Amino acid sequence: MEIRLNGKERAVADGITIRQLLDELKLHPLRVAVQVNLDIIKRDRYEEVVLQPGDTVEVLTFMAGG
Amino acid sequence: MRGGETLKIADKEFRSRLIVGTGKYPDYPTMQKALEASGVEMVTVAVRRVNLDRTQESLLDYIDLKRYTLLPNTAGCYSADEAVKYARLAREVGLSNMVKLEVIGDQRTLFPDNEELLKATKVLVKDGFIVLPYTNDDPVFAKKLEDAGAAAVMPLGAPIGSGLGIRNPHNIAIILESAKVPVIVDAGVGTASDAAIAMELGSDGVLMNTAIAGAKDPVKMAEAMRKAVEAGRLAYLAGRIPKKSYASASTTMEGMIE
Repeated sequence: MEIRLNGKERAVADGITIRQLLDELKLHPLRVAVQVNLDIIKRDRYEEVVLQPGDTVEVLTFMAGG
Repeated sequence: MRGGETLKIADKEFRSRLIVGTGKYPDYPTMQKALEASGVEMVTVAVRRVNLDRTQESLLDYIDLKRYTLLPNTAGCYSADEAVKYARLAREVGLSNMVKLEVIGDQRTLFPDNEELLKATKVLVKDGFIVLPYTNDDPVFAKKLEDAGAAAVMPLGAPIGSGLGIRNPHNIAIILESAKVPVIVDAGVGTASDAAIAMELGSDGVLMNTAIAGAKDPVKMAEAMRKAVEAGRLAYLAGRIPKKSYASASTTMEGMIE
């Protein structure tokens, strides 16, 4: 299925969870924040939240800034 | 007198009164050395999309989280709603509830939008955040932020990245007279003397980024800033002499030959 990840279309497995998506992206769950369709998903829900086709997913982290 | 050996923000305590940003360095190793030379214990970071193509290195690989407290900012936010959203995202990343709250009102000057800033402060305080708002050097508004529950107020010395120094030391002094929370001068510092002036006024701390990151030698400038903040603080505690229009001899006339 297709989702929109950080502004770009991306094909992922049907029924993928946030945790599985982060694993696929090789991202450490302790270093990111995840938003799905404008809702911030708490870290303890990464394993249970299943993404749906067309979901808009944002994965954010700390970057350089003043 | 705004005494105290340490900078206390809510329940956190810092020996260093300097806070430094992590933006604009030529590269991460230089930033790492500059942070070391600055002696800081708290650094600001931004919240942005992760780099999915992995061509760039990660900032967090260059920041020892056991040594530095992260202060996430809401830079680039132009409304209270947006800033609140970024603060909450930052809390999710960092498991820290501290935020340098920026709500910008104008792209050219990066001056804060007071109305939105106050609104965001109230929402985030209610939500359990330790809110450090970046504000104008306006004593009335600084008081409003404090009354809204801000854990510190951070008046600008001059526009962000301008290096113009402390343009209105009198306003900063008035803010310091009435504030019961720490006052941290944020933005405008260009060189070491600017940081010293901010501290001589009695500020509890200084936050800067461009002055160090943009210097020809960021590591040397970081050391200069550490010393300036310490010197300014000491001078404040020591109590400067009053300014006078005429001379007052340092050497006695007594004992001169007739």
